[in-house]
Order: sequence, then structure tokens, then C-alpha cells
Amino acid sequence: MNFYILSLILLISFFLFFIGKIKAVSIVKKNTKLSALPNYYGYYIALWCALPALIIFCVWTLFEPLIVKTLVVKNLSSVDENALSLVFEQIISFTKGNFTGEVDETIKIGSVYYLKLIQLFESSKIVLVSSILIVCSVFAYNKISTKINARDQVEKILQGVLFLSSLIAILTTIGIILSLLFESIKFFSVINISDFLFGTGWSPQKAFVRDASTITPEELEKMAEAFGSVPLFAGTGFIALIAMIVAAPIGLFSGIFLAEYASSKTRKFTKPIIEILAGIPTVVYGFFAAITVGPFFREIGTNFGLDVSSESALAAGVIMGIMIIPYVSSLSDDVINAVPQSLREGSYAVGATKSETIKKVVIPAALPGIIGSLLLAVSRAIGETMIVVMAAGLAANLTINPLESTTTITTQIVMILIGDQEFNSPKTQSAFALGLTLFFATLILNYIALRVVKKYREKYD
Amino acid sequence: MTKEERIKQRHKAEKRFRFYGILSISVAVLFVFILVQNIFSKGSSAFYRTVIKTEVFFDKELLELGENPSIQELQSLDLFDLSVSSLLKIYPIDDPEKENELIQMFSPDYEFEIKKYLVKNPDLIGKSAIINLTASDDIDQLNKGNFPRDLPEDMRRVNNFQLEIFDTLVSSNKIDTIFNNYFFTNGDSRDPELAGIGGSLMGSFFTIVICLLLSFPIAILASIYLEEFAPKNKLTDLIEININNLAAVPSIVYGLLGLGILLGFMEFPRSTPLVAGITLSLMTLPRIIIPCRASLKAVPPSIREGALAVGASKFQTVFHHVVPLAMPGTLSGTIIGLAQALGETAPLILIGMVAFVVDVPTSPVDPSASLPVQVYLWSESAERGFVEKTSATIMMLLIFLIVMNFIAVYLRQKFERKWN
Repeated sequence: MNFYILSLILLISFFLFFIGKIKAVSIVKKNTKLSALPNYYGYYIALWCALPALIIFCVWTLFEPLIVKTLVVKNLSSVDENALSLVFEQIISFTKGNFTGEVDETIKIGSVYYLKLIQLFESSKIVLVSSILIVCSVFAYNKISTKINARDQVEKILQGVLFLSSLIAILTTIGIILSLLFESIKFFSVINISDFLFGTGWSPQKAFVRDASTITPEELEKMAEAFGSVPLFAGTGFIALIAMIVAAPIGLFSGIFLAEYASSKTRKFTKPIIEILAGIPTVVYGFFAAITVGPFFREIGTNFGLDVSSESALAAGVIMGIMIIPYVSSLSDDVINAVPQSLREGSYAVGATKSETIKKVVIPAALPGIIGSLLLAVSRAIGETMIVVMAAGLAANLTINPLESTTTITTQIVMILIGDQEFNSPKTQSAFALGLTLFFATLILNYIALRVVKKYREKYD
Repeated sequence: MTKEERIKQRHKAEKRFRFYGILSISVAVLFVFILVQNIFSKGSSAFYRTVIKTEVFFDKELLELGENPSIQELQSLDLFDLSVSSLLKIYPIDDPEKENELIQMFSPDYEFEIKKYLVKNPDLIGKSAIINLTASDDIDQLNKGNFPRDLPEDMRRVNNFQLEIFDTLVSSNKIDTIFNNYFFTNGDSRDPELAGIGGSLMGSFFTIVICLLLSFPIAILASIYLEEFAPKNKLTDLIEININNLAAVPSIVYGLLGLGILLGFMEFPRSTPLVAGITLSLMTLPRIIIPCRASLKAVPPSIREGALAVGASKFQTVFHHVVPLAMPGTLSGTIIGLAQALGETAPLILIGMVAFVVDVPTSPVDPSASLPVQVYLWSESAERGFVEKTSATIMMLLIFLIVMNFIAVYLRQKFERKWN
């Protein structure tokens, strides 16, 4: 249905474009001068008709299910309050003909009412949209005359459209913050923030999957112990540390080599290969770490008489480190290239070798940029999900032994939210609280990194 | 220390430093090759499957068919007894208890395969035919050499009796390997030999198309606004900061956004490419806007001034002259952004695309999986056959990504104008 209405709107505005153009041409033929080209009068009338209709259509379609639901639920006076949404689901599946339970009287009455509402809403939507189409196009058609400059008008409207699309970035941020905050606030109304931030036991499976309002005080106390996220922060930091131990030297040395030593031929060949590492989907790294690297480390460990968990922090960290090599190398390559040549020449002039120049002059000059690139790499490592989900452990484990398994924030978010969730349980909400922490952690890291890089850039400009 | 010794030492340090650089690059390059080699060697065997050539006699009396049966009649036939008796004929068994072990050497879909063959060739009624029936995963892996045969029997998935049958079949040329069309057409399955990426391929396709339709126009319009029209004020600054921050937000946070707003608040259907496409387009939007703006910025001001000088309006200048010149850079940025979205897994898991979907989706509102999610799902399965399938799926995914990146590079090199 929606598809037909949409195509109707588009078709009519396409048609109106020509009507507007014809009217403009006929005005021009009377030897009166129009202030814009005839095409613009076509665009003018088409936009006047399509935009209001589309806006009304979108708003209506978005809110229709919500309004229908409230109305139907209001009508179900005989049903217990907690079962309302369940009965509504049953009504919907009954009207679609795929309901497989016992059909009682409430569902029957509800479905009849539901269908009636849907029909009413659909037909009023059609009436509303088509009346808007007619009113707007008649209005715009009458306005086409020598008095208006259609080009200015059309460009004003288009500029509004451009502005609205750039606003989506802000809307996305607001959406992220709201969706995280909304659930997190519910979570923190049950669990104390300090219990969450400083508790050392994480076992959300112990939490009771049911409505937060019916939990007794004893259960609450037990639950407070189940949501201590220190092991997750520690695990995340630990795996990120291992990753940085791998990525920082390899990435830095690659960046230095590419910027200072490599001939343009080598550079042309190796740089894309290293950047492939950034383009490979993380699920591929996860698979490789879980199937090949994990067992490989375990085997090496057994040869040395060590007990290596097959989901060790080491395997996940090393592979994650390899994944972020290109982030370090290409960013540090860029900042090293930005160091003015005169600094190097000065150093050579007093007799320093190339490596001495790099170590004593180039790197100190590029240091803020390098630190910035390392911080960006850390924020990548913290937010990385699939490698740790597939290769690191699932159970929270407060350890600094890289051969044991640990878990991370992202792993826990995935583990909590995989499959069907109950929206009202603290367990589900805890994932959003973790997401909020992750969001702010990466935001702060990125902010510091950008500040550091920016400060450096001002130095040589 | 003499002067010569010191110089020698300094030169040694120089060489060492250089060596470290070469070493780290080699490590990175080597890893790429190891990874690709590992995946390809594991996955290439998934592109063919083992079949057992079985003779099936379509007995007219047993099937109780009239003359010239219609397709519907053939489709509704019960071929179970006929199939089982044909399977049992390939190897003489005295012990009826062992019959089951023979049946288990075939994939559970044998009845369906025989029926499909009959529907395709209805003139076979009353005759017999040799049909390639898919072997079970264990036999498949045995045939591909992935199961060691010299293990003790209780550690093997294939017991001695089945091994004996297998060897007899091999020596009588009844085991064959053919191209695995199931891998490309089938949906997911619990049996590795029947599982395919048809469903997730379609899911990925719908997702990427929706992502493209949403993110490409919005990204271009937004970058045009920011580069060409935006006044310098606080709001513009805020938008720019937001775009830069959003590009660095971990992808899993977008999954939470999709879950909280699209599924929780707006009640979109779960596990569908529609929701996945919207979520991923929000994620790719800032990643596309950044290269789009760069390519708009690269168009020299003289172009704009020339157009303005002959009386074009600001809009005509931008849309008739600047945007077409910036198009190659914009397109290649979009393709690279989409390639990233194609490989994204974590947000899709959160919006429920991990469901086990057997049917190949036919529209963006059908539940489905996507290629990277399929990799995740299969990598969790224990069967050896799924390791091979997972690697093959990764191969397909990597091939798509390579093609997309290649197109992006080609567009940029071929069509982008170099100024100055």
C-alpha cells in the first residue's frame, strides 16, 4: 500500500513538472519576461506538491502502528495489564492468519477492531495525502507568474534539503546517546552506579530475567554483585595492551621505513598490501584467531609445559594487534612525511646518520602525531568486537596472565544481546550501560588524539 | 674507543635500524599471505561435493501412477520406500541392523533429490536411472582427505563398516566429486553438506542496496552543504565535530542504536535486511561524507568563479560544475564505505540477524543472515564440514571486497582530474 502511495506522489510531481513548465513557456510566449528559466517553474510546482505530501506520508506511516496499538490496547479492558502486549501480538498474528493457539473471544473482538482501525487509518491516509497533493499543486500553479523568481524559490527549498541531510549526523549522535541513556538509566535505577563501575564480579546470567519492579531486596543485593564491570574493563584494557605491544613497534617501524627508507617503487607495492590488513573484515580475523592461532599457541604452550587456554587473551590480542598495524603505520607515515625536510638536512649537515636523524630529530618532531595515531589505534582496539567474541573467552576472569582467557566489554554486549532479549530485565539493560561506557571511552580517546594531532600541526604551518 | 670504532658502531646501528623496518614490513606482508593462504587452502574444497552414484528404479506399479502424470502429481509422490530400497542396493547387507549405517552415508535429503530428478525427467517412470546423490558430511570429508583413516574406530566419525562400504564404492567408481551448486543456492542448514550461502548472499545484497540508497544521496547532499553552502557558525562546527566523532564510534554502538531505536522503539521487523541496511547506512554515512568532502574540496575555486562569472547561480555552479568534477572521488569513497559495511558483523548480530534461516529471502523484510554473520554462525559449529564452508564463505566475501576496492581505485585513477 505504502509503495503505491509513494509512487503516486512521485508520479504526480513528475507530471506536475511538465505542467509548470508549459505554463511558464506560455507566459514567455506572450512576450512577457520571466525571471527564471521555464524548467525552474516546473521544479517549483513539483517540489511544492511532493515535499508536503512526502512529509505527511512519512510522519503518518511512522506513527500509525503506535497509535493503532494504543487504541487497540485501550479497547482490551478485560485483559490483565501484564498480558496486554502479548495479547496484542496474538491479535496481529491472528489477523495475518498465522496464529496457532486457541482463539478466544478477546482476540476475535480485538482483531475485528484492529482491522477496522487499520482500514480507517489507511483510507484516511490516502485521502489526506491526495488532498494535500491537490491543494498544494493548485496553490503553486496559481503562483506561477511574472511576479515570482522560481529559481530563487527552488534553490531556497533545496538548500533546506541540503541542510536537513547534514543534520542527520547530529541526529545520529542524539539517537546513539538517547538509546544508550534510556536503557542505562533504567539499569542504574536498579543497580548502583558504583556497584557497576567498581564491583569485581561479572555474571549477568545470575540476574533474574523479569521485570525490574518485582525484584525483592535480597535478590537485588545478589544482583548488585553480578554486575561489577571491573573484570570487563581489565580484560578490555589487557587485550588492547597486548594488541598495542604487537601493533606499536611493527606499525611504527613500518611507517618509518615507508616514509624514510623505502624507494617509491617499494612504497607503491607494500603500502597497499599493509592497508589490506585494515580492509579485511574483522570476522575473518576472528575466525583465523579461533581456528588457527588459538590452537597453535596452545600447542606451542604444551610443548613448553605451559597450560594455554584455547581462548587465550594472547591469541585475541596478537591478532587484534595485526589488524591495527595499518592504522598505526599509515598515520605515522603521514606525520613523518609532514616533518619539514629542512630539519633532516640540518641534522645531516652536522654529520648524523640517517637512523640518528630519525631517532633524534624526526621522531621528536613528529611525536605528537605519533602519539595521536597510537591513541586512535587504542580506541580501535577497545571497540573491536568480532575478534574477541570469537577468540577470547566468555567468562569474566580478573587476571594478568595472557595465557588464560579473559572477556571484554564488547564480547559481553554481544553475548547478552544475541538471540531474543527481554527488554525489561536488568541483564539486557546492562548491555546498554556497557555500550555507554564504551562510547564515552572511545569518544574521550579520539578527542585527546585529535587534540594532540591538531596541536602538532600548528607548530610547523 | 677510537674514532673508527665509533663510526663502525654507528653504521652498525644504522643497519640494525633499517633491518627493523624491513622486518616489521615483512611481518605485516607475510601475515597477509599466511591468512589468505590459510583461508584458501581450507575453503577451496567446499566448492565441490562428494556424490554417490546410485541406481534408482522408478517402478510404475509401486508409484501407482497413471499415464502422463502431471508435475503436481509427481511432486506429491511419496518416494521414501523406493529411495531407501535403492540406497540399500548399492551394497549387500545381511544384518538389517546395519542398514541404518549405510543410509547414514547419504545426506538426509536423498528422497528430495530423487524426486527432483524425477520431476525433471518424467519419462523415466518405469525405467531406472543412475542419480548422483549427495553423500553425508562425514563421507564427504573422508573423500576429501580431511579425516585421518588410521585412528582407532571409536575416535573416527566413520566406523569400520562404513569405511569398508566406502572403499568398495570407490573401487567400483561409484564415488564422484562434482561442482557444489548447493553452496551457492541453498540457505543455511544443520547438515554441512546441504548448507549454502544463497540466503546470506541475498541478505547481504539487500542490506548493501538499502545502505547505498540511504547513505549515498544523504552523504553527497550533506557534504555539498558543508563544503559549499554552510555559513561559518556554531551549528556548522557542531555538525563537523559530530561527523568526525561518528566515524570513530565502534560499530557495535551502532548495533545498540539499531536495537534500541529501530527495533525497540519503532518496532521494525527483527532480523531483516531493512533494519540492517538502515543501521549500516547510519554507520557508513560519516565514513562516506569525509572522502566526499575531500573530493569537493579538491575542485579548484577557478571552476566556481568561472561559472559564477557567466551568471550561474550558486546552485547551478555547484550542481552543474563542481559535483560532476568531484564525482569520481565521491563514488570511490562511497564504494569503499560500502565495502566496509559489507564486512561488518557486530551490529548485525545485535539486531538479530543471527537467526537460523533456511529459506532464501526474497525481499528486504524477510528474515535473513548476511555473509559475515554466516561466517560467525558457522564458525561456532563443531562439524568439520562447516570449517570448510566458513572458509569458502570468507573467500567469497574477500573476493567481493577486492572487486569493490578495485573498482574504487580504478574510478579514481581513470576519471579523477588532476589540477595544477
